[in-house]
Amino acid sequence: MNPWPFVIAAYALMVAGTLALVGGSWIAMRRAEAEAERLRRGS
Amino acid sequence: MHAYANPARFLKIARPLTGWFGWVGAVLFVGALAQGLFFAPPERLQGESVRILYIHVPAAWLGMAGWTGIAAASIAQLVWRHPLAAVAGRALAVPGAVFTALCLATGSLWGRPTWGTYWEWDGRMTSMLVLLFLYLGYLALAGAEKERDGQGRLTAIFGLVGAINLPIIHYSVIWWNTLHQGQSIDLLSGRSSIAAPMLWPLLIAALGFTLLFGAVVLMRMRTELARNRIEARMKRMAAE
Repeated sequence: MNPWPFVIAAYALMVAGTLALVGGSWIAMRRAEAEAERLRRGS
Repeated sequence: MHAYANPARFLKIARPLTGWFGWVGAVLFVGALAQGLFFAPPERLQGESVRILYIHVPAAWLGMAGWTGIAAASIAQLVWRHPLAAVAGRALAVPGAVFTALCLATGSLWGRPTWGTYWEWDGRMTSMLVLLFLYLGYLALAGAEKERDGQGRLTAIFGLVGAINLPIIHYSVIWWNTLHQGQSIDLLSGRSSIAAPMLWPLLIAALGFTLLFGAVVLMRMRTELARNRIEARMKRMAAE
């Protein structure tokens, strides 16, 4: 059995999952901190 | 530990650390993927499929480390009433669940060319699947408690009780006859049965994944603290 399709699928899953996790967490953090800062300055 | 109970003091340290962990972790992560895919040698019996080792093992380590962190945060919350402990516990749950799911998926993809099957209900795989369900339960409970303005004590108790699964995962390959291979690295004695050309890329991958995991946890803690500040300010504005 050719193992390469399984190896590539595993790496693709890992990259996609890690990128989604890091990217999603970073965007949520930036949005929340920007909103908190905007409210702090506004009041 | 209580020196960092003040969110402002915690944020002063967390802000620069997030960037350091994130960038160093990303460089090591990319390097580990390249090393695992292109440069590490194939294994004598498993051939090229052993390359999945460099992503599967760090994911498994982080899945278990995430719950170890949740258990530690639960103790800090229940015993010392540390104000950031509940925030840390909740911040650990999503990355822990993601890496546990990735561990199961990559392990399944490794199993097909190696064992001839994607899944077997053996001790190691089943206990890792239980860990994923525990994470999902923890997230659901944490969300429900937060919605009811609870202090997260039930969630912390769940985090502590769930830690009983960690030694089961660790010793599953010793207690039961499993399809999964036995322990290759003994953290206590520092001994390893993995050859050096394969061990070093694995250790670098584990370090890179761990730093990225740390960055994600810090990002999620910062997000929750910012949301708490927004909520508090909105309440004050509504009251004025």
